[in-house]
Amino acid sequence: MAVEIRVEVNGRSCQSAVEPRLLLVHYLRDVLGLTGTHIGCETSLCGACTVLVNGQAVKSCTMLAVEADGASITTIEGLAGPDGGLHPVQEAFRQAHALQCGYCTPGMILTVVELLARRPDPSEAEIRRALAGNLCRCTGYQNIVAAVERAAAQLRRRRPRRR
Amino acid sequence: MATAGRYVGRPVPRVEDARLVRGLGRYVDDLTLPGMLYLGFVRSPHAHARIRGIETARARTAPGVVAVVTADDLGGAIGPVPCAAQIPDMRPAPRPVLAADRVRFVGEAVAAVVASDRYALRDALELVEVDYEPLPAVVELEKALRRGAPRVHEQHPDNIAYRWQLEGGDLKDAFRRAERVVRHRMTNQRLIPMAMEPRAVLADYQPGEDRLTVWSSTQIPHLLRTQLAAMLRLPETRLRVVAPEVGGGFGSKLNVYPEEALAAYLARQLCRPVKWTETRRENFLATIHGRDQICEMEFAIGRDGTVLGLRARLWADLGAYYQLLTPLIPTLTGLMIAGCYRIPAVRVDLTGVFTNKMSTDAYRGAGRPEATYFIERAMDYVAAELGEDPAEFRRRHFPRPEEFPYATATGLVYDTGNYAAPFELALKKVGYARLRQQQRQARRQGRLLGIGLSSYVEICALGPSSAMPAGGWESATVRIEPSGKVRVLTGSSPHGQGEETSFAQIVADQFGLPLEDVSVVHGDTDQIPYGIGTFGSRTLAVGGTAIYRCCERLREKLARIAAQMVGEEDPRRMVFRDGKIYSARDRRRAVSFTAAVAEAYVARKLPAGLEPGLEATHFYEPSNFTFPFGTHVAVVEVDAETGRVELLRYVAVDDCGRVINPLLVDGQVVGGIVQSLGQVFLEEAVYDEQGQLLTGELTDYALPRAADVPRIETYRTETPTPVNPLGAKGVGEAGTIGATPALVNAVVDALAPLGVRHLDMPLKPERIWRALTAARAARRGGRR
Repeated sequence: MAVEIRVEVNGRSCQSAVEPRLLLVHYLRDVLGLTGTHIGCETSLCGACTVLVNGQAVKSCTMLAVEADGASITTIEGLAGPDGGLHPVQEAFRQAHALQCGYCTPGMILTVVELLARRPDPSEAEIRRALAGNLCRCTGYQNIVAAVERAAAQLRRRRPRRR
Repeated sequence: MATAGRYVGRPVPRVEDARLVRGLGRYVDDLTLPGMLYLGFVRSPHAHARIRGIETARARTAPGVVAVVTADDLGGAIGPVPCAAQIPDMRPAPRPVLAADRVRFVGEAVAAVVASDRYALRDALELVEVDYEPLPAVVELEKALRRGAPRVHEQHPDNIAYRWQLEGGDLKDAFRRAERVVRHRMTNQRLIPMAMEPRAVLADYQPGEDRLTVWSSTQIPHLLRTQLAAMLRLPETRLRVVAPEVGGGFGSKLNVYPEEALAAYLARQLCRPVKWTETRRENFLATIHGRDQICEMEFAIGRDGTVLGLRARLWADLGAYYQLLTPLIPTLTGLMIAGCYRIPAVRVDLTGVFTNKMSTDAYRGAGRPEATYFIERAMDYVAAELGEDPAEFRRRHFPRPEEFPYATATGLVYDTGNYAAPFELALKKVGYARLRQQQRQARRQGRLLGIGLSSYVEICALGPSSAMPAGGWESATVRIEPSGKVRVLTGSSPHGQGEETSFAQIVADQFGLPLEDVSVVHGDTDQIPYGIGTFGSRTLAVGGTAIYRCCERLREKLARIAAQMVGEEDPRRMVFRDGKIYSARDRRRAVSFTAAVAEAYVARKLPAGLEPGLEATHFYEPSNFTFPFGTHVAVVEVDAETGRVELLRYVAVDDCGRVINPLLVDGQVVGGIVQSLGQVFLEEAVYDEQGQLLTGELTDYALPRAADVPRIETYRTETPTPVNPLGAKGVGEAGTIGATPALVNAVVDALAPLGVRHLDMPLKPERIWRALTAARAARRGGRR
């Protein structure tokens, strides 16, 4: 028995009838065709499927599409600017060689976007803790941490923080 | 013909990333075709059982189900899983793509179900009922070798798959002359490769053309095509294999799996696209595992403390069946067992053993991390026995740079080496002498500070075809299109290593073009000449050389055209730079690169005897392997109360020959070291006595996470290889090869004052705590 849901995905309003058991990640990938959100484990342990739901980093393999009814969702495809320019976190990942196979990258980037919205100037230890829910098998994390530091500096220059 | 080096050697950010950071990479599971069906597998819950019957009626009639297939239904339509490795006296152990009357490991596929969507598929998989008669399983290697142990294969009563020996030098004499003999036994535990992207296959059959296209998350698209053609008994010309974006492999996708053949077969049978996506659970159970070896070493030590000879006995747990290279991997351990030392006599006796587990096969390093771990751990052990500093003991046994090419007792010829260079640099960077001082102070305070060294040499750029199971060359085509843009078709199949960038760097410099004028195509067997693939740290050294050779030929041709255009009589004087081709004698005698290229295609005024067009293909056969080397140093402190290890510093000095892109080299090194750190402290594939994989999910199989890892300090020395014109040796596996012994040696060194001499990996706090407790109890006992 399908259920009507209405969600905003990357700024676009979407209305769909979905099965109650449909996972949010399958909704994004199979229904909306947004395949940048990857599936690495379906048990919320790897973080590859991380998206932003109302600004919060959420593992979309452990959320049902019906639970997202009314929410605003950002996937990796929605992160670049309207002109196609990369988000500072995306740019920092590229500059710092923070990815190899690229499979964990979208989830990693969205986790970082949320972290930097919350903590504009995180320490290395804070960065490493914030990434604890996202596995990467290629990079050894070192360049990911460097990318986060680089992106944080870039974002702070863009929006000077008031004390 | 001089070239300007604008790109080679520089940290050029990757061209791949533009799509990957946007989530626009297209991995197999991202591909959808109209009318696509979903494939799934019913898998054995038993490690060993007879199949009495399979009831599929309920599943067949379930909503959305299109087909259910068992071995009976196949009736032999698909051949067994191929094994390319040939070892004399190897006993056969063919794996059917679906188990027929017997299952031999937990996770073995028993039935295939095809349904219209993912959810209907999962429901239907639950409805297949298999009637099993459980049989005794044999899970541990050593138990498998006992008399009367259950047999994995009825026809092989001792569970031995093969025996393999290697001998060089006069070992008997070495032991006769030995002042003392030091023995040491070690294990290298079973690991799960766990690429982030699970395996996936999409197959599509076009009946009109009788053409089958298979997209697979693989490291070897061409070899897969050949093997699938054989398994399905189809002409290879009817098959196309595409490896699109591949989300990591580490050797686990250097294979041919039942699921690939079944997806292809079913797409053809049903005339509909069929997709299979592995779940993480399946990935743990039924994608190859790595390592799982035991080694006993005996060193013959001369009067002056020199190693005169080494006898190694190796046992490798192969699992129940052979996958593509299963039996070959432990032989690489044998070949590299003497490491980077002058050991004049060596004998290796290797026994491959069947158990009721998933097959082992190539996992990052593939036999060499095991060899390096064994010899490097043993070097520390022997040095401790002799009461010598482990650094000095190593230093004394390095061959000198002038001894290269260096012939080993195991029959290899190490190309170039200056082992002392990275070794001394590593000691300097870490401050070795000062650290030993600090260690003495710390020990006086009861603190457990440890310093661990590892000097490695690895065998890379696999390899000369004479030493490989199925071709060790690599192919390339370089095609300059009429507009002057360059297309590179490579037989390599990178899956995260960044060769779209490093190959483009080589080509751009050869033609004096901007990087963006070069694009690299890989992974599509319809587009590229037959190739071997990406594994064994071969892609740059072997695949890159094939590309380089193509560039040389095209430069020669373009130089002749350009020379004629500018009136230079000697084409060898033509220089390619900044989008121009000009005479070295007179820079004004120049023509733009694009104009010369256009001339090759317009072909009205070509030099006599020159063919039109600009395309070159080269199949490069390397004359030898390459042998990169390096030294890693780890500094740890062990908490005496809890057994927890804090990694204080990690210094890696690697020499992989000439570096094309230092950004990518460091990325490979650091990533590999962290995988090693996983093996040392966290990872182990644990089966219980019934053959159930207890670490069958990410919940139970711990992997390094960002917070578990310190900053790794990387440095390099550069000793080019003469084996290929690039001078590059390969670096993809160095991190997993060099790092495990450095870390374990550091922990054992920390515990040495308590009398701990050795610990097997993984060094979880509990294992260390038990060792600490036992050591203290022994001391108390000793004092009484």
